[in-house]
Amino acid sequence: MNTTLFLIQCLNGLQLGVLLFLVAAGLTLVFGVMDFINLAHGVQYMLGAYLAVTFTALTGNLFLALPLALMAALALGLVLEVVVFRHLYDRDHLEQVLATFGIILFLNQGVKIVWGAAPLSVPVPEALQGSIAIAQGVLYPVYRLAIIGSGLAVALALHLVINHTRVGMLIRAGSTNAPMVSALGVDIRRLFMIVFGFGAMLAGFAGIMIAPILSVEPGMGDQILILAFVVIVIGGIGSIRGAFIAAILVGLVDTLGRSFSVDILRSFGMGPANARAVGPAISSMLIYVLMAAVLFFRPSGLFPAKGR
Amino acid sequence: MLRSPRLIPILLFALLAAVPLAGLFIRDGYLLSLFTRVMILAIAAISLDLILGFGALVSFGHAAFIGIGAYAMGILASHGQEGLLAGLVMALAASALFALITGAISLRTKGVYFIMITLAFGQMAFYTAASLRAYGGDDGLTVARRSLVFGSRLLENDRVFYYAVLASLIGVYLLCRMIVGSRFGRVLQGAKQNPQRMQAIGFNPYPYQLAAYVIAGMIGGFAGFLLANQTEFVSPAYMSWQRSGELIVMVIMGGIGSLHGAVIGAAAFLLLEEWLSGFTEHWKVIFGPMLVLIVLFMRGGILGFLARISGAKNG
Amino acid sequence: MAEPVLSLKGLRKNFGGLRVTDDVSLEVRPGEIHAVIGPNGAGKTTLIHQISGFLRPDAGQVFLGRRDVTRLAPEKRAQSGLARSFQITSILPAFTALENVALAVQARSGSSFRFFGKASGEAGLNSAAMAKLEEVGLSERAEVPAGVLSHGEKRALECAIALAMEPKVMLLDEPMAGAGHDEGQRLISLMQRLKAKIPMLLVEHDMDAVFRVADRVSVLVYGRIIATGAPDEIRADRAVREAYLGEEQATGDARHA
Repeated sequence: MNTTLFLIQCLNGLQLGVLLFLVAAGLTLVFGVMDFINLAHGVQYMLGAYLAVTFTALTGNLFLALPLALMAALALGLVLEVVVFRHLYDRDHLEQVLATFGIILFLNQGVKIVWGAAPLSVPVPEALQGSIAIAQGVLYPVYRLAIIGSGLAVALALHLVINHTRVGMLIRAGSTNAPMVSALGVDIRRLFMIVFGFGAMLAGFAGIMIAPILSVEPGMGDQILILAFVVIVIGGIGSIRGAFIAAILVGLVDTLGRSFSVDILRSFGMGPANARAVGPAISSMLIYVLMAAVLFFRPSGLFPAKGR
Repeated sequence: MLRSPRLIPILLFALLAAVPLAGLFIRDGYLLSLFTRVMILAIAAISLDLILGFGALVSFGHAAFIGIGAYAMGILASHGQEGLLAGLVMALAASALFALITGAISLRTKGVYFIMITLAFGQMAFYTAASLRAYGGDDGLTVARRSLVFGSRLLENDRVFYYAVLASLIGVYLLCRMIVGSRFGRVLQGAKQNPQRMQAIGFNPYPYQLAAYVIAGMIGGFAGFLLANQTEFVSPAYMSWQRSGELIVMVIMGGIGSLHGAVIGAAAFLLLEEWLSGFTEHWKVIFGPMLVLIVLFMRGGILGFLARISGAKNG
Repeated sequence: MAEPVLSLKGLRKNFGGLRVTDDVSLEVRPGEIHAVIGPNGAGKTTLIHQISGFLRPDAGQVFLGRRDVTRLAPEKRAQSGLARSFQITSILPAFTALENVALAVQARSGSSFRFFGKASGEAGLNSAAMAKLEEVGLSERAEVPAGVLSHGEKRALECAIALAMEPKVMLLDEPMAGAGHDEGQRLISLMQRLKAKIPMLLVEHDMDAVFRVADRVSVLVYGRIIATGAPDEIRADRAVREAYLGEEQATGDARHA
């Protein structure tokens, strides 16, 4: 195992972690505050990426596209909230799962109709092209560093909002004890809408940021959705801090596992052919094993927001 | 009449038994293969209904068992073990083991955690299968032929295979009906309604739920074994999370907690898919919103709808 | 003196900084109804949860007979002979009254890992369950889904379920709550009839009922037992009157007026 590769993979893991956090944050808040399980959260991420494609094509620049795509992602999220989701808040989880599953089918197919089934791409903005040296002789793409930086900045901002503003106070109270919040005379419908729109925008932001380095295609939201589920289950549902720590953890374990599993198996004395055969299978299981281990000892995750 | 609990399943199985007869007149292998598929997925849906409808265990990873049963058959066959019994035993054992391990962990959690964990374990199975390069990886694995019944190629005949699947479906249905009515089934349903009460009268729900989860998993694996036989092909796609979602859709569409509702749901889902995809390749754009409407306006699924109609007529 | 069927020794429980159970010791002896009374927030429910096993005390012990059950799960305590009723009626609503009781019979007779054979056809389960329903006067409603029974009938069903467990001791969590006058009378006479066979720990808000049926009364205030004694002693106890009865009787009088 060489140190340069290790350093680069750590950064890749961090980048995946930051992205997962952006998606998981909305999911965990929506669940924590509204007791609403939203499978369609992943399609918000996909929509963000597609909006980035469209607005970059229109404006010629990702920087200009970003605010437009964000607004559009927010608008789409709010439309979904008003038309469908708000009628599901008081239903049981099974019905929520079913209805949001229907939304996924619709939107995954919908983007195929609008944008076609072929993968699309967004150019990396000129200012962020190329690589820089992060250590002696180690080059790393600037754009990926930008993703990590902006993700961490959002995480910090979210931390400040949650812990130091009135809305944040209500969100915290809501994810510990929702009846109390409505008893305080807060307009719970409006709070729900704010939380939901916010979550949709964060997921959309993740989609926009990733668009230049990933192919934009239908169904891209499904994979990240399930990873985000793993993250919020490990972190503890309703906890932003838990989501952050778990996201970074999952990002690192998944990335490092994939790049080094074969080497590790070989260092335990497995033959190269066997290691190459088994390695990928094991590395794709790693985060689920991690999740199982965490839940075995803490059935409500690392930082449970409430006693569910 | 529709309220008679026995009539609907009997009618249903009689209809399914008559499908190949229609084939005599229109010579349509397609019909036979479609309904074979309906019945196989109905078996899987019944097993999901056993834990979902009677145990309130919302498993979102049930397709994993279909995949495991299918891979057990396919992998054995690729090593030259093509016997029915060997494949069946392997499929049941593998799915039981997976159910035991994942169930033991998942059932420590409640509610939405359970949904997400079963989903995650389902994905784990999916990615593991996709990374098995020796067995086709992403592309899946072609099986040379259907399982041999004591060395004979009996099942290669589609009509024979159809009736074998029908017999399996009826057998699984009766088995689950029996389990639901048994002492065990009572404890399972009691734990669904009020786990705290069950503890207070001396039952720990956990071992009962785990046993139900393993039984459901094994039946799911059995369905996978049949599916691999029908298609003579095994693929990670069998256990994608959309498949798990579709199984839930079937159970709810038909009417949860009735067992035969799952059969109706499987038939309704697959026939609807066939019908809608006849209009447009984008049939999911129609089907997705339909699901939302079913949730919002059609509680109790098709069975509930029928019961309401007959109730309105009689009342 | 006969050995107690249930005893608590020095139970303590803190929630955060709040001491909700503070060195509680008490005994239920054979043939008696021991009532625990206390104003709202005295920690009665927390105490019940610790006895039945849904909460684990920070310190102290719970004995069933001579057996230390402090670390046992609720279902294990139930199997060892502790039956409890719930404050919020919590029967199994989709099952019939008979099925509710039959399930409790089933818990005490043979394995429940039986996958074959109709439970609803087991004569042994049904006749035992029916006998308990008769005992509480509910046999005519045996086939009615429990969820649609009236409030009083649900209470009676709770009793039948507890009886079916053939417990050594019964833990009753505010059985009078929400009961009308006639229902209350029936419950009281039921308790009096049963106590010789099954001693009870009765946690109750209704003072009239407590002083009519209890053989001994313990008064719980802020998680502490401030007095234990016969009903007349408790009524006369100055500390109790100050801490509790005065206030309660005042509101009670206002209600009766």
